[in-house]
Amino acid sequence: MFTRNCLVVNHLGRVCLALLVTFVVNQAHAGNNQGNLGVHLTPALGQTPNLHIDNIVSPDGLALPDGSGSAAEGKTLYISACASCHGMSGMQPGNEVAGGKGSIGTDSPFKTVGSYWPYATTLYDYIARAMPYDKQKSLTVDETYAITAYVLELNQIIKKDDVMDKHTLPKVVMPNADGFNELN
Amino acid sequence: MTEHVAGNGLLNRRGLLKATGAGLAGGVLMPVMAPVSAAEDWMTTSGAPMDEYGAPSKHARLKRVNIGAHPYGSGAGSSSTPLEKLNGTITPNSLHFERHHSGIPDIDPARHTLTIYGETNKKLQFSYEDLLAYPMETHTYFLECSGNSYSNVIFPEAADKTVGELNGLVSCSEWTGVPLHYLLDEAGLNSNANWIVGEGADAAGLTRSIPMKIATKNVMIALFQNGEPLRPAQGYPMRLFVPGSEGNVSVKWLQNIKVQKTAAYTKDETSKYSDLHVDGKADMFSLEMGVKSLITSPSGKMKLNRKGVYEVSGLAWSGAGGINQVEVSADGGNSWATAALQSEHRNLSLMRFRIPWRWEGQPAVLQSRATDDKGNVQPTRAAALAKYSKSNIYHYNGTQSWQVTQAGVVKNVYA
Ligand code: HEC
Repeated sequence: MFTRNCLVVNHLGRVCLALLVTFVVNQAHAGNNQGNLGVHLTPALGQTPNLHIDNIVSPDGLALPDGSGSAAEGKTLYISACASCHGMSGMQPGNEVAGGKGSIGTDSPFKTVGSYWPYATTLYDYIARAMPYDKQKSLTVDETYAITAYVLELNQIIKKDDVMDKHTLPKVVMPNADGFNELN
Repeated sequence: MTEHVAGNGLLNRRGLLKATGAGLAGGVLMPVMAPVSAAEDWMTTSGAPMDEYGAPSKHARLKRVNIGAHPYGSGAGSSSTPLEKLNGTITPNSLHFERHHSGIPDIDPARHTLTIYGETNKKLQFSYEDLLAYPMETHTYFLECSGNSYSNVIFPEAADKTVGELNGLVSCSEWTGVPLHYLLDEAGLNSNANWIVGEGADAAGLTRSIPMKIATKNVMIALFQNGEPLRPAQGYPMRLFVPGSEGNVSVKWLQNIKVQKTAAYTKDETSKYSDLHVDGKADMFSLEMGVKSLITSPSGKMKLNRKGVYEVSGLAWSGAGGINQVEVSADGGNSWATAALQSEHRNLSLMRFRIPWRWEGQPAVLQSRATDDKGNVQPTRAAALAKYSKSNIYHYNGTQSWQVTQAGVVKNVYA
């Protein structure tokens, strides 16, 4: 790895030359170094990816994929893929995805998707990446929208026939949307 | 004469050295030459040959404690560092606490990449080999789960457990990796680049948002822990390391960094790692870990088997920076003495403190209280609990109290 030795200008101001990599001077952070190695030069090795899918969904919903589903469609899917761990009505003790309505400001707050989560987009993002727990990332986009809709319906946030897609889901107003202080 | 520096037996350090002869060892020992016939086996027979990857002595095998999993997901759980069994400040890699949401993935680094995209000039992808070619930094940092010490929050009666079982979701390592700002500079940040969102490649795809102010400070893509490549349980081949912040944001198995105008409001930063107040409002992105300390010896479930001088020793840390002072009390907080800080001053790292203490069978309550270099003082348990709603288990940094009974039994108490 001869290029590894060539990443810094040493304290005498000598620059090692490397043939294989392009160097970028990191002047903005030069004061942030450990020791006195001098100005850091970093190789620019980042490549343009061929295929890269953006799976991170934020409240603006911009990363939501095309597709749709309603709670009515989601019910059977939920029963076969989710109910074993979360209960038929989402209230499996110790693993609830529903319940706790109106409890957050009380003496015994009970945090669930419905009572606590500020954004409905989070539910889509999380089911798509992490559920069902025993078969992650196995649901299609339409199935994910439908199950998301069903969990929202279990929490009485939307109606059975409301269709969730990249336009409607970000507009769902969650009961505890105003319950958070942003930054300390 | 030993010098008392606070009530109920706390001594100055010279006291320990003077007291050692009489108090600790019970008199000066005369050296005795062992007769050859009394030699142990290991003196007379050649030992084991060289070994590719060493293991601890079979007489000193330590284990993680408090291994617990979610009832509906065996990979969603945690294990804790046995703090009472360790000394110094570095946690051996095999004993670093764990917190996973869908188990530990077995990642082939040749098939793993890190992509930076979003509000950047360029979308960039890096292989593991690429990252190894960047300039790196090495720092000793603590890592603490924001749910650490939850037992002392949720149980109405103090749980009779060890310090590791109670507080072992904190560990400390020498971390080596590539400063994140090198890669962000290479990608070029747009004017909307206010947050980064890190995403893991594990089955949970754990995802957390971090304000750019923190992300460009001292965050690194960590590749080595205590000199060796990261362990799978710590994110092999690469993890985000966000020093001083709650452990969950140091996303393991890091595969994507999305640069955004806003936070992503992921499940883990809304459902889980947000701190509810009594008024029903919760803090989000309250990342900094508060100033905290613990006495690790004597500590829960230990027994003092002799009277005399003991070294009280423990750990202190702060997510705000360095530790300026640790005080110790042997009388439940009535009087305090300053302990010696026994590690080289380091920011955002565990610090070891020590102070001698004479125990003659008197009942005692041992406590420690740390002050960091920003002037933050560790709160009492009552003050720490008063900050949040009763149900909130995160960011608890109240005083840990150990009761010592006349029989020498050491026990967790709320004092
Ligand atoms: C094999 C059991 C299992 C199955 C099946 C399962 N889950 Fe889960 N679910 C879990 C576990 C375990 C967690 C907690 C994960 C953690 O702690 O990070 C969880 C967490 C969740 C949460 C987050 C709850 C919160 O408030 O933090 C949601 C939402 C969820 N699951 C939805 C679903 C949906 C929808 C399905 C069906 C598509 C599903 N789960 C199927 C085990 C399961």
